[in-house]
Amino acid sequence: MSRVVGHPKHRIEDPALLRGNGRFVDDIALPDLLHVAFVRSTVAHARIIGVDVEIAKDMPGVHAVMQAKDLKPALMSLRMPLGASPSSAQNSSTPFVLSDKEVAYVGEPIAMVVAHSRYEAEDAVAAVIVDYDTLPVVTDARVGAVVGAPVVRTELASNVLNKLKVEFGDIEAAFSDAAHVFHDDLLQHRGCGHPMEGRGVLVEVRPGGNSLCVWSSTQMPHDLFHALSAMLDLDENRLRVITPDVGGGFGPKYCLYPEEFALPAAATILGRNLKWIEDRRENFLAAIQERDQYWSLDVATDADGRVLGMKGSLIHDQGAYAPKPVNLPYNSATAATGPYIVPAYSVDVSIVHTNKVPVSSVRGAGYPQAAFAMERMMDLIATELGIDRAEVRARNLIPPSKMPYTKPLKARSGAAMVYDSGDYPASQAEALAAAGWTDFPQRQAAALAEGRHIGIGMANAVKGTGRGPFESGTVRIAPSGRVSVFTGATAMGQGLATALAQICAEELGIEAEQVTVIAGDTAFSPLGLGGFASRQLVTAGSSVHIASKAVAAKAIKAASHMLDVPEEELELSGGHVRVKGNSNRGMSLAEVATRLRGAPGYAFPADVDPGLESSIQWKTDALAYANACHVVEVEVDVEVGHVTINRYVALHDSGKLINPMIVDGQIHGGIAHGIGNALFEVMGYDESGQPLTTTFAEYLLVTATELPRFETIYLETPSPMNPLGAKGVGEAGTIPAAAAIISAVEDALKPFAVRISQTPIVPETLFNLIQKGRAEMAARGEAIS
Amino acid sequence: MSERSIELTVNGRSYSGTADVRTTLADFLRHGLGLTGTHLGCEHGVCGACTILVDGVSARSCLMLAVQAEGSDVRTIEGLAEPNGDLHPLQTAFRDNHGLQCGFCTPGILMTLMELLDEQPDPTEADVRDAISGNICRCTGYQSIVAAAMQAAAELRKGRRA
Ligand code: FES
Ligand code: FES
Repeated sequence: MSRVVGHPKHRIEDPALLRGNGRFVDDIALPDLLHVAFVRSTVAHARIIGVDVEIAKDMPGVHAVMQAKDLKPALMSLRMPLGASPSSAQNSSTPFVLSDKEVAYVGEPIAMVVAHSRYEAEDAVAAVIVDYDTLPVVTDARVGAVVGAPVVRTELASNVLNKLKVEFGDIEAAFSDAAHVFHDDLLQHRGCGHPMEGRGVLVEVRPGGNSLCVWSSTQMPHDLFHALSAMLDLDENRLRVITPDVGGGFGPKYCLYPEEFALPAAATILGRNLKWIEDRRENFLAAIQERDQYWSLDVATDADGRVLGMKGSLIHDQGAYAPKPVNLPYNSATAATGPYIVPAYSVDVSIVHTNKVPVSSVRGAGYPQAAFAMERMMDLIATELGIDRAEVRARNLIPPSKMPYTKPLKARSGAAMVYDSGDYPASQAEALAAAGWTDFPQRQAAALAEGRHIGIGMANAVKGTGRGPFESGTVRIAPSGRVSVFTGATAMGQGLATALAQICAEELGIEAEQVTVIAGDTAFSPLGLGGFASRQLVTAGSSVHIASKAVAAKAIKAASHMLDVPEEELELSGGHVRVKGNSNRGMSLAEVATRLRGAPGYAFPADVDPGLESSIQWKTDALAYANACHVVEVEVDVEVGHVTINRYVALHDSGKLINPMIVDGQIHGGIAHGIGNALFEVMGYDESGQPLTTTFAEYLLVTATELPRFETIYLETPSPMNPLGAKGVGEAGTIPAAAAIISAVEDALKPFAVRISQTPIVPETLFNLIQKGRAEMAARGEAIS
Repeated sequence: MSERSIELTVNGRSYSGTADVRTTLADFLRHGLGLTGTHLGCEHGVCGACTILVDGVSARSCLMLAVQAEGSDVRTIEGLAEPNGDLHPLQTAFRDNHGLQCGFCTPGILMTLMELLDEQPDPTEADVRDAISGNICRCTGYQSIVAAAMQAAAELRKGRRA
């Protein structure tokens, strides 16, 4: 039984945050700081004829108004490098640091005002006059994909950024042998990430003026470091990037952004410390969103509802630019078959630019859409064939006897897509039993007799977690005895520091509270990737686990020399190396570390390398597949289209849990996000590309009163893919949520024979569907039960 | 911009200073007084992250001007812990129940709940959900926050009886 790992530990992050002593980027004060506000495009597509800054630059408090041409001397290129990519090259879809010729979405940065206060900077922004020559706008990716559609940027020949086909098996045979073929068109909208803290950048020009320290509220400090060092042509020793406390990531902070380049460039030119803090309106206008996917699917089954094949197309709205390689629709298309055996599959994917904010990942990163598509098709099969929805799924789930199960597909690394472990049928059965699936029809009938429309829905999901290729973990014991963990993983509120401290403490025989974790600081961790794809606990955790073991072994080896006691007779406990069975004999880790620091000319313990530390970059190409089954009960007020969630059961198998309390928090938050995607969150645009939702009064995030009490169940099938046996948990809660909720809503509306093929479903849409159902039934002369 | 001098009490300490008339109370606390525990999540009055107590009543400090707080008694998250540094039972309850993840919404939620627990020492879970329905948290799904509030309420009632 482990001592620290696997237990619900208090988080080491909490005391500072609870006292108001967190250090988010806007909390950091620097001397002689100037503040930045951006001039952003007010139109969705236009050529820029001119930018008049004459009035603005003479306004009170204004230090400078800078456009692309003013930043140029400090930048190798005005075009941004491709983030999160092996090449970092620019291409014709990476954004510009500042745009000087053409703008392609409302919110695109054109100029920056540097002033003594943000208030004064915003005053001057309002006084910058941009002369636009407006151009045709594409807001619907389906329209943009058509040959002859106007292009979203005049430098493009076509709005189609990329087309790909994801396929395996004999799809033609599957359909020609099918007993049944069912079709549906699905519209899936996911809104924005909306961490409660927006983005923010702070740049300090170090004394001497030729080196920079950049704080950014990012998930990717190392990516930013390398990109900045190339763009500003800075030696590595002249740049440091730090991620301070981050008020939530959820995907949008995974990208490199124009502001992260504009500020360091301007600071270099002006020789001044600069700060820019994104306000919420800017977050709506300029932080990436996930937005729209249009699916068209056919599913072929045998007479019993077993899937023989699925084929169709997927159009993905990419927005105006692609700040990083477009993996989202690839995730969607490759993940759609989920936990099911689908012998043949073929989906054509088109990635299409529109004149809207660029698209990248929001919590779930294409997987929620994949789950929604497959689970909607499962419900369709069940409805059409008159089989219980759970039974249809049970007939198609991958059985445990087939684990590990290889999908004939490749993950992005090129590695085969191997589901490593898990018992999907048992997971489903347990979740259904907990939720009272089998006796629901009686309850439903009883409710209906009282005029209440209740429904139950379910969805399964599988998520590849722990994406590589590696994450760094260094464990070091200082001569003072202090224990530090350094990692390139990024803490953005999930409790990463606590989990890594637990893993380290377990091996070193100390308490988690005695470990300091420094995450996301390029001065301390030269190598690192950052926070994405539910990966950090698996990857950084594995590195820290192995490094901690190595440090423990080293401490014992060195102490063995120093105490002249055989290694096997020594153990670590309470910050000491002790002789087993004689707790009085031993030495502190501080003493060992002091000795291993070395002293000029003094002998060193033989066969021991200097420094009580170890650095590990645990590598992986494979993913650890977590699975989930959600069962939801809802009630629909059919007069107004309002949905109330009455019960929510979520079963997750995320492998071995390091801190069950943190896991529960991740799942709860993930489900809440999924509920938003099912019922509330809509990022609206009008036909001219003007955003319609730019405040939290218009774009609805779920609040406490809309949510039920979540009932969570955990199975712990250890993953064989990493030394911890862990699987990621950050996105798992979100993935099946919308599918399960819509399934429940559709079930509640059975009397109206409503089919729901979209998410989110807001009251107005639902009301219209109910009305349509009523009208169709009336036309057929059927009575509503 | 015209400046005015203001005097107010924050967490039991008196401050006097000047503020631009248009400076929000949130910005004044954060950047004028260096009390950065109060956070800004929307600056349009919806998210509740900036909630503080002004003369004992919750207020959105992003929607108040600093000069409107003239003569007021303001309480922020920095003023919750005991003078000896011990966490307030509400803070302890948040830690015990994992009522925070990134901690960005937390200051506003703590201050909102301080007001609730003061007015309603024995709330139901529904009361708590209602009280924080003007506070947005993207991380937790709120359940752990509700649990924390219930624990704190019980703890504070014990204290009152003692
Ligand atoms: S910052 Fe004041 S309510 Fe959001
Ligand atoms: S804890 Fe992150 S927003 Fe609430």
